[in-house]
Amino acid sequence: MPSKFYASCNKNICVSCGACAVECPRGAIEIWKGCYAVIDKNICVGCGLCKRICPANCIEFLNRETEEN
Amino acid sequence: MSVKKNNFFSYLWLWPIIYFALGFFNILFAWLGMFDVMLPILFALIGGNKFFCNHMCGRGMLFTVITKKFKISSGKPAPKFFSSKYFRYGFLIFFMAMFTSILIQTYFVYSGTANLKEFIKILWAFNIPFSLNLSMPSQIPAWIIQFSYGFYSLMLSSTIIGLIVMALYRPRTWCTFCPMGSMTQAICKIKNHQPL
Repeated sequence: MPSKFYASCNKNICVSCGACAVECPRGAIEIWKGCYAVIDKNICVGCGLCKRICPANCIEFLNRETEEN
Repeated sequence: MSVKKNNFFSYLWLWPIIYFALGFFNILFAWLGMFDVMLPILFALIGGNKFFCNHMCGRGMLFTVITKKFKISSGKPAPKFFSSKYFRYGFLIFFMAMFTSILIQTYFVYSGTANLKEFIKILWAFNIPFSLNLSMPSQIPAWIIQFSYGFYSLMLSSTIIGLIVMALYRPRTWCTFCPMGSMTQAICKIKNHQPL
């Protein structure tokens, strides 16, 4: 069951190295045309592996419930 | 989007080890490092992507493998300025200046105004005499050997910096200011009409 949080990438800081995409166990992350990481919140389970590996520290967690309201 | 599986690319972390080992036995193998320079640029210019960084960068993979095997990375986030535009593009300019100085030195040897300097310069400061090229055929032009020394020094220095920041922060901290990464991301952003 996915957590109530999901990962989101700050595209202004992302260096598009792809470390998060390699680490993601669900394959929820894609590097959009070499510019920045895009995370599919419908696939993301909020495990936090991408946040721990990101060298630029550009991944933050957002609350699904707050987003929906 | 799909979950990644082990394939040929996932073993490319062996490439930097093979590269530095080959260069140790014969400095001419340093030229093979041009793949690491030309391929990312070609992918960015032709494909408008960072396929090399994302799937083929042996150095980035090596840092990840070392971290997972030996647990020597602190895991702390790197200082914010590492991923700031000023630092990234500043480091890119510095790196390009160092590469240009290698080309100028190579030209001086080619034109006969300078002699071949057989040493490796680590971190642009420490000269280490390095004449292990016993198997070097004598008909190889001196400028080709000079470029090998310069380029091998550049590759070794950047790997040492990468290993230091890997230990201090996260495994792929080098990627935040890698000159090739910065350059290819800038190319991709320009090609895809994104702000730099």
